[in-house]
Amino acid sequence: MLLLAVDTATPAVTVALHDGESVLAESNQVDARRHGELLLPSVDKVLAEAGVKLEAVTGIVVGVGPGPYTGLRVGLVTASTFAAVLGVPVHGLCTLDGLAYAAGAAGIEGPFTVATDARRKEVYWARYEDPRTRVGEPAVDRPADIAEQVAGLPAVGQGALLYPDVFTDARPPEHQSAAALAALAAERIAAGLEFLPPTPLYLRRPDAQVPKNYKVVTPK
Amino acid sequence: MADEPLVLGIETSCDETGVGVVRGTTLLADAVASSVDEHARFGGVVPEVASRAHLEAMVPTIDRALKEAGVSARDLDGIAVTAGPGLAGALLVGVSAAKAYAYALGKPLYGVNHLASHICVDQLEHGPLPEPTMALLVSGGHSSLLLAPDITADVRPLGATIDDAAGEAFDKIARVLQLGFPGGPVIDRLAREGDPKAINFPRGLTGPRDAAYDFSFSGLKTAVARWIEAKRKAGEEVPVRDVAASFQEAVVDVLTRKAIRACKDEGVDHLMIGGGVAANSRLRALAQERCDDAGIILRVPRPKLCTDNGAMVAALGAEMVKRNRPASDWDLSADSSLPVTDPHVPGTGGGHGHGHGHTHDHDHVHELSKDNLYS
Ligand SMILES: [Zn+2]
Repeated sequence: MLLLAVDTATPAVTVALHDGESVLAESNQVDARRHGELLLPSVDKVLAEAGVKLEAVTGIVVGVGPGPYTGLRVGLVTASTFAAVLGVPVHGLCTLDGLAYAAGAAGIEGPFTVATDARRKEVYWARYEDPRTRVGEPAVDRPADIAEQVAGLPAVGQGALLYPDVFTDARPPEHQSAAALAALAAERIAAGLEFLPPTPLYLRRPDAQVPKNYKVVTPK
Repeated sequence: MADEPLVLGIETSCDETGVGVVRGTTLLADAVASSVDEHARFGGVVPEVASRAHLEAMVPTIDRALKEAGVSARDLDGIAVTAGPGLAGALLVGVSAAKAYAYALGKPLYGVNHLASHICVDQLEHGPLPEPTMALLVSGGHSSLLLAPDITADVRPLGATIDDAAGEAFDKIARVLQLGFPGGPVIDRLAREGDPKAINFPRGLTGPRDAAYDFSFSGLKTAVARWIEAKRKAGEEVPVRDVAASFQEAVVDVLTRKAIRACKDEGVDHLMIGGGVAANSRLRALAQERCDDAGIILRVPRPKLCTDNGAMVAALGAEMVKRNRPASDWDLSADSSLPVTDPHVPGTGGGHGHGHGHTHDHDHVHELSKDNLYS
């Protein structure tokens, strides 16, 4: 097994190569405005560091969000295109699940929350029973509106740090890591579990308004 | 490098996901997935709707183009992609796909200019472009007069619209007349049954002191809307066909008049017309008439090659390969305001192994476009 994992759903541009047992190489940069520029050079660097050619990869792992759309699409279209050329499967995972898995590796066990920045004063978030078990679907909300649901729980992700009044017990990690995403995918492949298709979790509709009609025509 | 390079081109600058394959100046495939229907109810292109549609259509459209061309991806000499100008988020889907595609195949990547591609596409229809070529580009997004001594390296803007693009004016008038979106085709159709001399609408920027090659369609748009409103207010029926014909005549009269003048002033005996509005039947007819009178050879590609498509990007990419222009780097940006004077975005050669150090300073442009990269 040789997995190439990418995630651009958050400010992090993160890439990792995983052989099913451990991470061979990884690259993590945080720059919310340059996903498009940074991703391919990161992939190139990670492969070079591991001394592996892209053709050797047996599967692509991709974070499908939720996340701000423009950046999110960079990882998804890159993953889908690689998979199409290489003829290998592309395994979609919820980005928040990667953060939850990383939180487990960092020592969190019990119930907790993952929250990332959704901009517009909102967070993408989900609750977890444990690092591998999400409770329900991820959502996008104003922090104040979910205060009761997350009260008293530890919280990971940049969203937690941004709203300390609501997420009173913020813990690491702050940022997504493709290494964690790849490790989670390797575990799920070994266990024969399903993945998500490589399609984005937008959670919001496009901002677009149907314009009002021009003046009504007078004649009958 | 190959004399007739085999190049795949990807175009996602607006609402069409286009993938084309060309060999030299021969068109092999032109696959397009359009999201125009999704935009129709909004009366214009919604950037986020376009970007979402590009992501969905990208890989299937690439596959369709290769199948149509009957070639293997392994045999490609390069991958070209529209790097700009265009909608930032939409461009980024195509640029990211092109990079991944080129990287996975081990092929050079060429980030090219959308406007230069609109000109170069005519090579697929009428053979190699004469040098220089005068080009009139008219669409919903642009109205420009460009002089191209070398489509891969030297494109000079002579004039452009100072307000609305020509295609935008068609869309807006169609809206006033409640004809739906996009407005170009329906106005063209109705105008054929109307009298172009029925109403004398203003010709913008045609006074003796006005910029010779610039365009303005905003005043025309307002004049037409006012005329229609006055009719409605008076309780009279709006002669839709005459309005369409007279409005269209005003647009194409100015476009062709200025294009012919530019040809004469610059001593260029070829005029190329491209962009979505080049599909307009009256524009084609009047341009032909005026070019014939002036002894200018007119080149207009078939309508499908005039609207945004991947074949035009592949056509320019093939020319880049043929002329040994440096490939782009893996950190190529989607540049929503890529200047028309940059036919492509050459790399610095760092880590890509194709470039040879010929580079422009793009940083100032990037700073402008970065702010709207994230929705
Ligand atoms: Zn165009």
